[in-house]
Amino acid sequence: MKLGVLCSGGKDSLFACGRAMEKEEVVCLVAIRSENEDSYMFHTPNVALVALQAGAAGLPLIEVKTVGVKEEELLDLRDALILAREQYGIEGVVTGAILSVYQASRVQRLCHELGLWCFNPLWHTAQDEYMQELINKGFEVIISGVFSAPFDESWLGRRIDQASLSSLKKYSEQYGITLTGEGGEYETFVLDAPFFKKRIEIQEASSEYCNYRGFFRITGARLVEK
Amino acid sequence: MILLIDLCYREGSLGFDEYVLPVARIVERSGFETRSVHFHRVTVADFAGAEAVILCGTPLADNAFLKEQEAFLWLKTSEIPVLGVCAGMEMVCKTFGGLLGPCTEIGMTEIRVIGRDLVFSESLSFSAYELHTLACTYPGVLEVLAVSDCCIQVVKHPLRSVYGVMFHPEVRNEWVVERFLSLVRKERFSPRQ
Repeated sequence: MKLGVLCSGGKDSLFACGRAMEKEEVVCLVAIRSENEDSYMFHTPNVALVALQAGAAGLPLIEVKTVGVKEEELLDLRDALILAREQYGIEGVVTGAILSVYQASRVQRLCHELGLWCFNPLWHTAQDEYMQELINKGFEVIISGVFSAPFDESWLGRRIDQASLSSLKKYSEQYGITLTGEGGEYETFVLDAPFFKKRIEIQEASSEYCNYRGFFRITGARLVEK
Repeated sequence: MILLIDLCYREGSLGFDEYVLPVARIVERSGFETRSVHFHRVTVADFAGAEAVILCGTPLADNAFLKEQEAFLWLKTSEIPVLGVCAGMEMVCKTFGGLLGPCTEIGMTEIRVIGRDLVFSESLSFSAYELHTLACTYPGVLEVLAVSDCCIQVVKHPLRSVYGVMFHPEVRNEWVVERFLSLVRKERFSPRQ
């Protein structure tokens, strides 16, 4: 089955992409560039760099911009999926949804309307096992945004490794954050994945942070050999 | 051990991750071991040692299992407790003389309990996650325990511990699976397949 992966650039969509590649044929990535940094549907930090990830994975990218108005942004996603079907013959869509009924049900409705299959391979996954698998499989993931207490500025650009996973687990127990950031507590960006043919090297980046809200903006990056 | 049967269109599909594994986690957290098998491969040996069976759901676009009712003939004769989830309820419904018709629900829906039972033991309403394009329009010999505005949501065999739920209990209603397992644990049915 030919699948398009809805990709925000973060760990969940790219891990889901890898899982989909193990079982079906992934033919493209689909990215929605939202101008609304508080979009419920689409993650925004560094989504412009999904093109680099697509290049790293050797996959074509369908990219559509949205102003990010609630519910209306789904029309832009609809356009993107129609384009992906026309250009690459997708029969289904893969998302990295873990817990969000809001996101999952909207994508399910859209796929149903378009006659596409919808898969969420991380749906209600065991979050600690998933995070460990992410590290074990060699995904290179950095924190690209923080949006809740107790994250301080030092988290921006930090790699998710064994030490940071240990801290995230403590935060999950003490502050009730979702370990995977599914509650919007933090966002991530993937620099390397097991199925990437090249990895992404950051050449230039800047951070902005205030009151438990911060962005790690990658302003220069390139593909390099692994 | 609880036997989880994968109803997705093929063995090892992406649907397994989404519809079987989350149920397996609830079952294992409840203290039971699990074993998963695709419905194409179910044999009598799979029921040996199984205290109950859960028929898991499928992707919204996946109704292929409905064309293979012969793979579920054991449902009619086995006395093992069964919980059918979404696609699983559709198969329970078909097996016991019910009828299915078009009915699409996607997302959260309000469920009203209208019958009394050990699993659905009190009169209540609750929100549940739905993902189906078909539903039970006539329950055959099955009792109706709960409904939504759109369709029948929960059925039970009048004489056996065979349940069907149209919604996905693994999303926000894990108590349904846990109560079913409590019933299994309490009664310790012996499989007679």
